[in-house]
Amino acid sequence: MVVPSVTASLKNYRGKWGRPEVTHLLKRTLFGAKKEDIDYFASKSLRHTIQQLLNTEEPIPAPPVNNYNDDKYTDEEIQPGVTWITAAKYNGMNGGRRRNSFKAWWTGCMLNQQRTLREKMVLFWHNHFATETNSVDNPTMIYKHNVLLRQYALGNFKTMVRAVTVDAAMLKYLNGNANTKKAPDENYGRELQELFTVGKGPGSHYTEADVKAAARVLTGFRIENKSLPDVHGLFDAGRHDESDKQFSAFYNNQIIKGRKGKEGEMELDELLDLIFQQPEVARFVCRKLYRFFVYHQIDEDTEKTIIEPLAHTFRRNNYEIKPVLEKLFTSRHFFDPGNRGGIIKSPVDFAVGLCREYSIPFPAEDSYVDQYGFWLNIQQTASQMQQNIGDPPNVAGWPAYYQEPMYDKSWISSDTLPKRTAFTDRMVNNGFARNGKKILIDPVVFTKQVSAPGDPNKLIDELAALLYAVELPVEEKQYMKTGILLQGLQGMASDHYWTDAWQKLQDKPDDAANTRNVTNKLKNLLKYMMSLPQYQLM
Amino acid sequence: MKRRKFLRDTITGVVLPSFLQGISLKALAGTPFMHASHASLNDDRVLVLIQLAGGNDGLNTVIPFDQYSNYTAARPNIFLPQDKVLRLNGFDATAFNPALANMQQLFNDGKLGVVQAVSYPKPNFSHFRATDIWMTGSDSDKVVSSGWAGRFLNDVYPQFPDNFPNETMPDPLAIQVGAVVSTALQGPLFTMGMAISNPAGFYKLVEGKVNVNANSRWGEQLDYIELMSQKTDQYATVIKKAAQKVPTQSPDWPTAGKNPLADQLKIVSRLIAGGLKTKVYMVSTGSFDTHAKQTETDTTTGNHAKLLQRVSEAIGAFMNDLKFLQIEDRVMGMTFSEFGRRIKSNASGGTDHGAAAPVFYFGSAIKPGIIGSNPVIPETVTVNDNVPMQYDFRSLYASVLQNWFNMPVQEVQQILMGDFSLVPIV
Repeated sequence: MVVPSVTASLKNYRGKWGRPEVTHLLKRTLFGAKKEDIDYFASKSLRHTIQQLLNTEEPIPAPPVNNYNDDKYTDEEIQPGVTWITAAKYNGMNGGRRRNSFKAWWTGCMLNQQRTLREKMVLFWHNHFATETNSVDNPTMIYKHNVLLRQYALGNFKTMVRAVTVDAAMLKYLNGNANTKKAPDENYGRELQELFTVGKGPGSHYTEADVKAAARVLTGFRIENKSLPDVHGLFDAGRHDESDKQFSAFYNNQIIKGRKGKEGEMELDELLDLIFQQPEVARFVCRKLYRFFVYHQIDEDTEKTIIEPLAHTFRRNNYEIKPVLEKLFTSRHFFDPGNRGGIIKSPVDFAVGLCREYSIPFPAEDSYVDQYGFWLNIQQTASQMQQNIGDPPNVAGWPAYYQEPMYDKSWISSDTLPKRTAFTDRMVNNGFARNGKKILIDPVVFTKQVSAPGDPNKLIDELAALLYAVELPVEEKQYMKTGILLQGLQGMASDHYWTDAWQKLQDKPDDAANTRNVTNKLKNLLKYMMSLPQYQLM
Repeated sequence: MKRRKFLRDTITGVVLPSFLQGISLKALAGTPFMHASHASLNDDRVLVLIQLAGGNDGLNTVIPFDQYSNYTAARPNIFLPQDKVLRLNGFDATAFNPALANMQQLFNDGKLGVVQAVSYPKPNFSHFRATDIWMTGSDSDKVVSSGWAGRFLNDVYPQFPDNFPNETMPDPLAIQVGAVVSTALQGPLFTMGMAISNPAGFYKLVEGKVNVNANSRWGEQLDYIELMSQKTDQYATVIKKAAQKVPTQSPDWPTAGKNPLADQLKIVSRLIAGGLKTKVYMVSTGSFDTHAKQTETDTTTGNHAKLLQRVSEAIGAFMNDLKFLQIEDRVMGMTFSEFGRRIKSNASGGTDHGAAAPVFYFGSAIKPGIIGSNPVIPETVTVNDNVPMQYDFRSLYASVLQNWFNMPVQEVQQILMGDFSLVPIV
């Protein structure tokens, strides 16, 4: 097979806009590409699709509720089914329960995502501004931090950095609340530069002195927690270092003049102005976006023809995120066939994407205990595959998004790969069950979506197009047909056995033996399809 | 392996001497307990099932030579010439299709036998349903989800898959060559088998190769995942080791890619010789659904002949290899097909779905010969005439379980959900 080299151009994509292109775009921008969504966007233009993904107004999701009363604990303050974000206190008994409620809820936000980029970007920013619930501890702060990520998901990056800097959860996580003029704490001052803005790329040359200077600028912020529901970051002038802060040559030897009293807070804006003058900020973030949405490796050519122009767009638009994403997702480079299927699904993409691609129904909010329970099952599934949302390994996020040379390959190990297949098998066989309810794949319902389920060739072609980002070898499809659907019956003349069995299922759904036969074959087919390495790619 | 692990051996070693008091050995001959006296052998016995998918035409496979004129009248367009069919030593009434030369040889050497007219009451004519019946061992009107061999393995290894593989059973309980483990190997809750997706995948595993897609972005990712998937299959390592212990196999195998069934069986003999404790192997070959043009004008040639030639050549090469690898005594094999075909051929030069058909069984330890009589072919046949059942297929399963694997009668009845009389095949 001759593989064309990947077009290194950000020029507008003017090629075909068909199902493969829609599927590619949706697999990258949503969690899984489901048929309904592919159909929807295939009937629109690329331009319209991008507009909708980027610009649809969305309500803020309803907050997480008390789903956690059990035989060991009853929350005296918050009634079951009512949100706990208004709670006046939290303690050892309900803290962990609320954090689980939060993780379940967040997973629910992803599962119920609309046709927009928002939820994918929330995950992107969570990885970028990584915090750990284990360390932040306070569930209200954790929730608010997540709301902030969602609020700015497609907004202005510079404004977002400012908001994150004074966010209670971040102040706690990186010790900003302990950073005072008497005892400066460099933690946030360092990560602000190393991980959140200028990064550690070849063009970043900030110094240890810059870390110290930034830390001193940031002295004075602390967490105001007189009221739990209103917990927030606050500038406390009494703790602020009012002296001048000298920055290195990397920052053009600029000095941030020390300010007194309330005005001390303005030094933060001056610091961000100083940092954001560095072109390296835009490059750093664009590289991260590229690795998240396109491909892990950035060679010299990609750096020059993709990253640099994207970064330019980012700066020219004063760090608005949407123009960058729009540029990327409408480019020839993004749609180049060579770029399709080049990402190994993250555990969240894998687990949440599966549920969405099969449109697995979850209980509604009136069954919130079961609803949250199932959401948590999916969250924990992804966690067992090494992506525990809310608790990345450390402040750098997941190594799959930054660690040379493995990048997304690090999701796949001798531990996680069998777990992925065990999960796909499980979702076909028995799924998860609680209180008489189940979440699992209905193979017949799923199959009914394709244009001609009774035609084994079309059935396999269309399922493959839905499930895979790459083309399967012909022999593999042939095998699926004769080995699984036709159980060894070969030759074109045999196709009708499947056609007949499928038709009979429509005509005589009460025929138990036939129903079982068809269902089992479809189950075997889906399990097999999802066990192939191709299913790991998106 | 917790419970019995084919532990009729224990009876041999410990219980048998006192048990034998007062009973002459002769009286025991031919009973399951005699097999138990092959103490160390029993635990390494293997069953190889060969599925002929599509419904093999029994009457053109095993020809009722004693009813030749009725046979030719029923099948004027596809009957095999009297002077071409293969005759069998000591069984003048019956002959083999000319394509079955290797199997004729095995028959005459006493290493292959035939059970005539195997089926079940109220036969089903749908491929899928009939296959399920053969795989699950159910009655025609009952839907069962577990497979007969799966229930057998579950009976022996009731804890599987918890804490498997382990020291006593480090190997897969059953192996299917093919991507989806057959229903026959499905246990009550879990599948008891593992699949080797195809011969090419097997050799890639043994040689540690992956597809080389590395000149594309997705291909480079795919190669990595494939490599990991080889490394992480819990049984991949044992299979690889077993295969590597057997660097040389018999020179009689057909060239790879020429005979798909032979390619599968070549893997099976290699793994058995490599020391896997796996009890059941399942291989499969298709295209037996010969509704039209099953022969050429020369009826010894054409589709059906090609299919049979493949089966015969594959079984012949397999048996040679077992001998070459010195594991002949440990292995018994059996063919099965979901149904036979109608007595009367159709106007398209083929045969339509039918009922009973012969089963072949083979191995150096089997009891050879022909069990049952030739199907009776009426002087005038109608399109509705079928070969009536002589033996229930579950009687063959019962015989294998009881006399080959030495399972106690009660458990055999549980596994097969009924009491089926034994057939002296082994």
